[in-house]
Amino acid sequence: MRVLVIEDDKEAAGFLQRALKESGHTAECAGDGELGLAMAREGDFDVLIVDRMLPLRDGLSVIRTLRDEGDQTPVLILSALGEVDDRVKGLRAGGDDYLTKPYAYTELLARVEALARRTVPEEHMTRLVVADLVLDRLSHRVSRGGESITLQPREYRLLEYLMKHAGQVVTRTMLLENVWDYHFDPQTNVIDVHVSRLRGKIDKNFDRPLLQTVRGAGYVIREHAE
Amino acid sequence: MNTLNNLWEAALSTTAFRTAAFVVAVFTMVAAAIMWFVSQSTNRVLTQQVLAALSSEVKLLKAEARSSGLKGLRRSVALRSANTRSGLYYLGDNNGRRLAGNLSEIPPDLLGQRSGGVFSYTLSRSNRQSSKDQKRSGEVTSRTAVGILFSYPGVKLVVARDVEDQRILSHRIRLVSLLGFGLLGIGGLVAGLLLSRLALSRVDEITDASRAIMTGDLSQRLPRTGSGDEFDRLAGSLNEMLERIEQLMHGLREVSDNIAHDLKTPLNRLRNRAEEALRDPRGEEAQRQGLERTIEAADDLIKTFNALLLIARLEAGAIDETLEETDLVDIVTDVAELYEPVASDAGFTLRVENAGGGETKVPVNRQLVGQSLANLIDNAIKYTRAGQSQVGMAGETDFIGLDIVVTVLPVVEGVEISVADRGPGISPDDR
Repeated sequence: MRVLVIEDDKEAAGFLQRALKESGHTAECAGDGELGLAMAREGDFDVLIVDRMLPLRDGLSVIRTLRDEGDQTPVLILSALGEVDDRVKGLRAGGDDYLTKPYAYTELLARVEALARRTVPEEHMTRLVVADLVLDRLSHRVSRGGESITLQPREYRLLEYLMKHAGQVVTRTMLLENVWDYHFDPQTNVIDVHVSRLRGKIDKNFDRPLLQTVRGAGYVIREHAE
Repeated sequence: MNTLNNLWEAALSTTAFRTAAFVVAVFTMVAAAIMWFVSQSTNRVLTQQVLAALSSEVKLLKAEARSSGLKGLRRSVALRSANTRSGLYYLGDNNGRRLAGNLSEIPPDLLGQRSGGVFSYTLSRSNRQSSKDQKRSGEVTSRTAVGILFSYPGVKLVVARDVEDQRILSHRIRLVSLLGFGLLGIGGLVAGLLLSRLALSRVDEITDASRAIMTGDLSQRLPRTGSGDEFDRLAGSLNEMLERIEQLMHGLREVSDNIAHDLKTPLNRLRNRAEEALRDPRGEEAQRQGLERTIEAADDLIKTFNALLLIARLEAGAIDETLEETDLVDIVTDVAELYEPVASDAGFTLRVENAGGGETKVPVNRQLVGQSLANLIDNAIKYTRAGQSQVGMAGETDFIGLDIVVTVLPVVEGVEISVADRGPGISPDDR
């Protein structure tokens, strides 16, 4: 995966570049908005990480320009500004996801990988399958090994999101944002309890657990434990 | 002299004095113009009146001449000349010889004026008795008169009136008015000067006090005389403003103290954990755990910082544009559903009650309402010691000790949401 980091703080950009490389991706850096825009136009990137406040050209302006030109590369906005109103502005400008500084690298990586996957049109897939677990998006039925599983509506949406990102780590905040549409940080382990209930339904009576906890990061649903 | 100069310059720089000077100047000019206009028209009217009187006298004399001839006219003129106080007459033949009257010649000023006019003549001993001063000194002075010259076959007749007394009167009036205006102007300027001194001294007091306040002593106040005049009221409202600023500064100090405390506690914890990990003799694994715990502490710090930032933005009113018409029942249901598993794992029953059943749609920021609800429910779960709870009543809602009840209640001003538990509650000091 090729990532372009448009960030004026050299240390932060360098940290991201090294970390992304360690995670097996390639990353390039641009120190200001104009350079970032030029590089985004030329290079064929899978994801752009754009800082909100940049010299020469504001981050939102970079995104808006790219979108106006028809560029649909997924964009993750990094912002040191407040969460409440700034997120809306960022997403309105054409950003796909939004992360406030300071952030945990695992959180950023999970989001970047999820964004890169988004270009695959899995939105239109009617069946999500992980091993013998099947989620039918038309009939809203879930079954494993041919056995039907009854889920609450929220459990269904949780599983749907996890399966859409099968093989990828999704963090607790990503789940809260995408399944519940809340952007705050839950103080206790609310998400963990929901996941463990879901796990009880889809994994409990089966030999191979599919829904796994990734320590310090989040959850992943996949066929084989690595 | 120097002090006087300074005083003058100081006065000139004040608005009060400049206003006074301007008003005095305008008033004097307008009054002088009116005075000039009045005296001019009075003179004109008086002259017209005299000329009208003279015309009727001329008519009488003409009639006299017609009935009694030149001799009768001569007699009549002589008689009138002898028995008059201000009348002036001249009757002469066409060769310039005087036949009767108290004027020695036809006044040259009158020669061109057909309907009569103003002229000056010289008073001689022979024709006037009134000016005693002139008689005494023997001086010959020019006097002003109004007269008509007309011709009668063979003779020329001048009938005139002496108006010197009127002229002197109007001259005096002009002089006195001029003097009056001068005095008025000087008086106005002096009053302006005094006013400006008064204003300056009050403004100086306020300026001195505000300088002292600017240097940092916010507890100082501007002096008040208690007279209730505009300066006093100004000082009063400035003092109120200072009071408010002092309160705000105090509040700011308190807030920064709180922020310092809120941030220092997790920072200290973070430092302790890092130090502990470094000292741990168990080596790499222990240090790794230490680092993880350090990151946890950093996350706590970030949470606190975000919360402080959020409060600042809320207080600055930055979220107004993010408000959207939302049904609060939906938010409450969502958040309750989010927390239900945690609550039931901890032994609680989380219930939502929609009381009243009125309008529950209001413009809110869904994220913020959701977050505050989440915090309240979170606290209810964390701080209600399940085992020690009692069965009891809270308001109209029956609930047993392990219930957490979220109630949505439409009220007049909007919608009220309450999160009720049977925990120890918040001590009155912290509310």
